[in-house]
This record gives sequence, structure tokens and C-alpha cells, in this order.
Amino acid sequence: MKRLDALTAIYAHLEDRIVVTIMGAVAAELQSIGHRPNFFYLQHAMGLASSMGLGIALSRPDRQVVVFDGDGSVLMNLGGLTTLARYRPRNLVHVVFDNESLLSVGGFPTATATGSDLAGIAKAAGVPRTATVETIDAFTRAFDEALAAKDLSTIVAKVEAVGPAAYVTDLSLLENRFQFQRYLRG
Amino acid sequence: MSPVSTANSRAIYDALKAAGIRLVSALPETWLVHLIRMADDDPEMILVRLAKEEEGVGISAGAHLAGVKSAMLMQNHGFLASINGIVSCSQLYRIPLLMLISYRGEFGERDPWQTEGGGVTEDLLRALRIPFSYLDDVSHVAARIAKAQTLALSSNKPVGLLLCRDLMWEEAPRV
Repeated sequence: MKRLDALTAIYAHLEDRIVVTIMGAVAAELQSIGHRPNFFYLQHAMGLASSMGLGIALSRPDRQVVVFDGDGSVLMNLGGLTTLARYRPRNLVHVVFDNESLLSVGGFPTATATGSDLAGIAKAAGVPRTATVETIDAFTRAFDEALAAKDLSTIVAKVEAVGPAAYVTDLSLLENRFQFQRYLRG
Repeated sequence: MSPVSTANSRAIYDALKAAGIRLVSALPETWLVHLIRMADDDPEMILVRLAKEEEGVGISAGAHLAGVKSAMLMQNHGFLASINGIVSCSQLYRIPLLMLISYRGEFGERDPWQTEGGGVTEDLLRALRIPFSYLDDVSHVAARIAKAQTLALSSNKPVGLLLCRDLMWEEAPRV
């Protein structure tokens, strides 16, 4: 499964949901499909996209929040999974695109390449709904179920280690930040 | 009885409430015990207990963008552990962050393990160009917290308040 295809498959579901992504390929690919004011791309601070998602989910329990995370980022903030589970925001869907590598900085393998199981770690941390999926069909099904379940879910989507040709887009970080704030408070 | 001042902790907590703070993220440390309990007992406050302090930077950023005022409660070693998040989330994205940092390792510290962090705390705040002040007397607690929050919001940047021994600890000095 390619991450771009996975994002494309669920893109329609993101229209009226709050979306936070990590840096790198996820941010660039989602923008290549089409930026929306309800999308925020955390282009640094690896590990904190899920924490930002938690802050938003707790602040806006009336809205569904989707976080697009990655294996390298989750591995930098494994403790954050326990915090997510502890507060169990029922309006948060946590998707982890696991390409078993740090793609944008040379493709070096992460620990998931040698067997570390992020869905297993999330489950053991206390996340009530977890899944690992390897095909587009399984991913879209798991994503739809997570949205419908109205409970905290971590979906680990195994994807190929391929990304966009370029990581820098023409959307400035601060433009994105203030547009997103205006959307959230609107 | 812990020598941590309940009355001064209450003054700090009341000032946070008066500044509109509705979410507090925290990692326990001795001087913060009363503040964390007050947040936990307050139905109007969302308390997020962290595994590591840097998470709180992300949580506060999300809360701010969503329109909820927040604060972080941590030891200065927690501030040290949060620095990448402060730089590459709060500062990079111009997001206000009110940090209440217990200033361990200053004059009067008896725990040997706290003494190294105390010596670098202010230098690091300055290196990061984070405006900071001290909470060392209850008479200025309310005003300083309010002013710190005002500057964080007007500048869209992190600010620090150092919770000092003279405010937090009631035990008489001894050698």
C-alpha cells in the first residue's frame, strides 16, 4: 500500500474533521491531494502531532480529530500513547503510517523494521481500539469503523517507503497555523 | 505535613484561573503537589498528567489553536526535557505557552541531584529568548501570572515563571 493512495482513499472523510499531520511525506502528500483550512501540518517537533491532537480533542469534544502520524514520530513519543490512552478522547482517530523507515532523511530503518509492533504497543498502553492494516481496502474499512466507533483508535497502516519528489510546499508554516486557528475558532 | 505551601499554591492556582486557564498539563514534582491536586479537584479544569513534559508543549499548542487557554506545570528538569518542542512547535509556529517552572537547585537546595539543573535554567531561558520572571513572594503572584499570560498572548510566544523556594517551601532554612 502506498501512503498517497491511502490518503486519497479516505480524503472525502476529512472534509469536516480536524486533521493534524506530522512533517515530511505525510504533509506533502496530503497537500498534493488538496489543502484545506482544517488541516494542520506540524512540520517539526517530531512526536508531538499526537499530543497536539490530544490538546485539540480535549478542547473541542464536539469535533472529530484525525491525526496522521508516522513510525519514526511515534517512536519518539511512546509515552504519549499512554497519555492518549489515559484520557481516551473518544473523538480522536490516530493513524500511524508505518513505512519502517525515516524516509525523508535517507530511508534508514526504524525499529518497526526489526519487529517492533506499534499497534501492539498502543494496545498495551491502553488504547481501546487498535489495528494493523496492509491493504487499501483494510485501511479504509478500519478508518470508517474508527470514525463510526466514536472511541479512541490507533490504526497502524503498513505503507511502502516511497514519498513525494519534494517535501517543501508553497504553504508557509505560519499561514497554515493562523488559517487553522481561525478555522478551529470559527 | 509537606512543607510545600498550601496557601501560596492556592494563590498561584487562583491566579491561573483568573487568567482564564482551563487546561493544565503537569508532571508531578514535590513543589507542585498542591497545584496538581487543586487542578484535579476542579471540575472546571482539564488536568492532563503527562508521561514526559515535552508532550505538554504539543497539548498546549493544540488547546491554544482550539481557543482554550492552558498552562504547563513542571520542574526545571522538565523544562530541559521540553526544549525541542518549545523551539520546533511553540516558537516555530508562534504559539503562546505559559510555563510555570519549579526552580529547583537554587539557594537553599538540599537535594544533591537537583543542583545541576538549577545552574543552567536561567541561561537556557535566555538562550531561547524566553521572557521570564520569578514568583518568590505571594504579594506579586497574581499580577505576575496575569502579566506573563498577557505577554504570551500578545507575542504569540512562550513565557516562563520560575516558582522559587521562598514562595513554595515553608520549612525554615537549615544547613
